[in-house]
Amino acid sequence: MSAVLSADDLTIRFGGLTAVDSVSFEVREREVYTIVGPNGAGKTTIFNLISRIYDPTEGRIRFGGADITETPAHRIAGLGIARTFQNIELFEHATVLHNLLVGRHCKSRTNVFEELAFLPKVRRAEYAHREKVEEVIDFLDLQPYREQYIANLPYGVRKVVELARALCTEPKLLLLDEPASGLSVEETENVAFWIDDIKNDLGIAILMVEHDMSLVTEVSDRVMAMNDGKTIAEGTSDEVQNHPDVLRAYLGA
Amino acid sequence: MRFVFKTGYDQDIRFFKHTGYWQSYGFLFLTAVTAPLYLGNFEISELTQAISFAIAGLGLMLLVGFTGQVSLGHAAFFGIGAYAQAWLLASFDISFLVAMPIAAVFTGIIGFLLAIPLLRMTGIYLAIGTLALSIVLEQILKSWKSVTGGFDGMAVEPASLLGYQFNPDSWDFYYVALAILILVLALCANLLRSPTGRAMVAVRDSEVSARSMGVNIARTKITAFGISTAITGLGGALFAHKLQYLAPDGFNLIISITFLLMIVVGGLGSLQGAILGALVVILLPQAITIMKDYLPPSIGHQPGLEPGIFGLLLVAFILFEPMGIYGRWRKIKLFFDIFPVYRKATFRRQKAYLKTERMR
Repeated sequence: MSAVLSADDLTIRFGGLTAVDSVSFEVREREVYTIVGPNGAGKTTIFNLISRIYDPTEGRIRFGGADITETPAHRIAGLGIARTFQNIELFEHATVLHNLLVGRHCKSRTNVFEELAFLPKVRRAEYAHREKVEEVIDFLDLQPYREQYIANLPYGVRKVVELARALCTEPKLLLLDEPASGLSVEETENVAFWIDDIKNDLGIAILMVEHDMSLVTEVSDRVMAMNDGKTIAEGTSDEVQNHPDVLRAYLGA
Repeated sequence: MRFVFKTGYDQDIRFFKHTGYWQSYGFLFLTAVTAPLYLGNFEISELTQAISFAIAGLGLMLLVGFTGQVSLGHAAFFGIGAYAQAWLLASFDISFLVAMPIAAVFTGIIGFLLAIPLLRMTGIYLAIGTLALSIVLEQILKSWKSVTGGFDGMAVEPASLLGYQFNPDSWDFYYVALAILILVLALCANLLRSPTGRAMVAVRDSEVSARSMGVNIARTKITAFGISTAITGLGGALFAHKLQYLAPDGFNLIISITFLLMIVVGGLGSLQGAILGALVVILLPQAITIMKDYLPPSIGHQPGLEPGIFGLLLVAFILFEPMGIYGRWRKIKLFFDIFPVYRKATFRRQKAYLKTERMR
């Protein structure tokens, strides 16, 4: 299986702090790759490096054969990398539908003058976007919330809306930053089903950061453990969980 | 309570989403169109002025209410639009209806160019940067005598079309203004239902996730500023005909602040708010003048009564109704729509979920 995303010797320093220290990994097609590690290990920083919010100090990121180390952040979604955030970053004073349509932004090809006049071309594009959004709404069972404002939704639903918004960009790779944090046991199970469906039905590769080890074990094909910005173990979930360095990082033993 | 059954995507795209909209906005339209029948020339003239302010307010609303970028310099663009209109009519033999879009586009281009450096700043710094625009423009208008007439000001040629001369204080010019307002409303509403408008709202609510969804933040902000200033310039061009004589101190900082007051009082984040706000800002001084006669002289003849009441109004709105008049209207409507299950929390600003990791 070929690699969708590969990171080579990824390093970022904030002043004297090395948040990520020559980390290399690759995410293959139709694979769920999970990064685990204690707080401050540099997991989310890796996500921010891939979505180009930070510039790496050293190392390269390759996506589908192309080097994206220098690509501006707003092009990343168009290339096929979508992400969710650890602390939900939805557009709160807008409806669910509006949020999902923003997810289609990277696919919009109309310019602002055509939009001011709302030419038939813009209307047709709107239909196409809406069609795709409805597919995602069906996929994640969001029908009851379509017209609701985000500010009115419970936390669990917001998490799903964020996932939906990411799927609306029609990604090849999905970055999930703690998809189960703050969710109940039932909701976490739902997340596990959806991750399986996204992988198997939609054929999207997933790179995930997660603390809930039962979820990690259930859905992950491969797991990487990090501590202090360095990779300490890589392999299946069981291998990583029983790795002596991982036990030391978590338990300080 | 109304149940709307949706059978097509067009139902969510069109302006008037169900018959209720047709009824209420139709009624409003008829009221506006028949206004000259039951209002005198003075009131109609005031309404025309309110409309030109409303157009400027719509421009500012796109920027502040929908893109979340504050501007204290929109009086400058209002002024550029007004002077451009006067200059175009004085220099070329064109109709005022042709000159208006040219003045608007010209203002928009200036706004677009200024936005490139300005919108690198955010928050309070952006406010100061745009504040400087107001001050600089006033000086330019005073000094550039060959074009603006300097301190002496500049007369605006009367608006005329096919030999018919409009009277800016009468019903005929009121209809011109109303038509332009409806056109601008349609343009704004079009923008807001298409990708660029959604990108603007996305930038307002969360820059980092807008960027991750493929929104080019800088381009969206600059586009919003360009369109916003163009619309404000159009409002200025209309206002020039209303004033008939332009003077540099007509476009100072006070006007900029009045515009901001307008959209805050009207309701940030809604096109309706800009219009309601303009009505308040234009009609309130008249109401105060009338009220003066009924107040005891010790209060009624107090200097600074008008700015005092304006200030009080702004503070009261920020404290008690941050969503403005239109926000209050929506709450009342929702209360009756879903009676008796209305919850106050529906409109509460949520701060429950801590946002850390805010990346610029």
